[in-house]
Amino acid sequence: MTTISSMFIPIIVLVVISYGVFRKINVYDSFINGAKEGLPMTISMFFSLLAMIFGVNIFLNSGIIDYFFDFLKPILVLLHIPVEVLPIAIMRPFSGSFGLALLNDLYKVYGPDSLISVLASVIQGSSDTTIYIITLYFGTIGIKKIKYALWVGLLTDLFMVIVALVIVPLFF
Amino acid sequence: MINKLWVGLIVIGSLCLLLTGKADVLNAQILSSGKATLELVMQIFPLMSLWLGIMNIARESGLLFKVSKFISPLLHKIFPEIPKNHEAFGFISSNILSNMFGLGNAATPFGLKAMESLQKLNNNKEDASRSMITFLIINTCGLCVIPTTIISLRMLYDSKDASFIAVPCLIISFISLIFGLILDRIFSRRYHK
Repeated sequence: MTTISSMFIPIIVLVVISYGVFRKINVYDSFINGAKEGLPMTISMFFSLLAMIFGVNIFLNSGIIDYFFDFLKPILVLLHIPVEVLPIAIMRPFSGSFGLALLNDLYKVYGPDSLISVLASVIQGSSDTTIYIITLYFGTIGIKKIKYALWVGLLTDLFMVIVALVIVPLFF
Repeated sequence: MINKLWVGLIVIGSLCLLLTGKADVLNAQILSSGKATLELVMQIFPLMSLWLGIMNIARESGLLFKVSKFISPLLHKIFPEIPKNHEAFGFISSNILSNMFGLGNAATPFGLKAMESLQKLNNNKEDASRSMITFLIINTCGLCVIPTTIISLRMLYDSKDASFIAVPCLIISFISLIFGLILDRIFSRRYHK
């Protein structure tokens, strides 16, 4: 699987360039013109990312999430849901690297093939950093009013966690 | 909405830190966010320029258009507002395909180009259009055939079958995508009433 994945990028590059040559366009100039758009795009994404990283970092390091976990723990134990996956489920919309660090810890303690680790991996792998995608995409093109986007995004993430809790045990 | 979320994150986080007497943590976070963002952007910038260059070749040669034709019947249903044969479909399908193969770095510039071309179709430049939100939901569902990072992490810890994880991931993200698209329709009907 990973070999297919590592072949994929070189194949795309090769196909795109060969097709460009085949259609007789100046691929070099075309590349330069496209790449030039990278700078204005990077600049316009910087400020919205800065704002969001600033806010998210203060929130994540404030310790408030620990109180929240303590509050939710009894409920989860009652529902027979492994408490260990809770941090990853809550943090997923905010941070990708945080989830990966947590996965690393879980693999170390429970092994990569345990139910807890697989559940956490599936939660990490079946969604994306909703908050950042919204900030990045809307911030870069200058959208101020995002309407119901955040609600739909977060509700879908919550739904994904519930589906994972139901489906993953079926694989064991 | 983003405005309220941002204020909430900062006010709640700061108050919590100040009340528990951890003002030094707050100070460190305020000072380090700028550096963290710059480092992130510096990592994205060269890769993004590279992919924008490659994609421009694909666009000018007409390859992007050809690729988008593969999944365009489906996309026409999901994005009824976008005129058929519009360039946005090319960017949207490239973004979805790159995400599916776990190429996050390539997916972001395609996604941004898609958003730019959706912005051209948008009547009110400061309000998100319906198709923009739909496109965003597809992205946040993280539909992925090969979750490369997780598979490599599992290999690192000697998993018996590292790539097995791709199966439940694909099933679950697909189910949540369907849910997200339905929810998106419901919300947009209620919003535009």
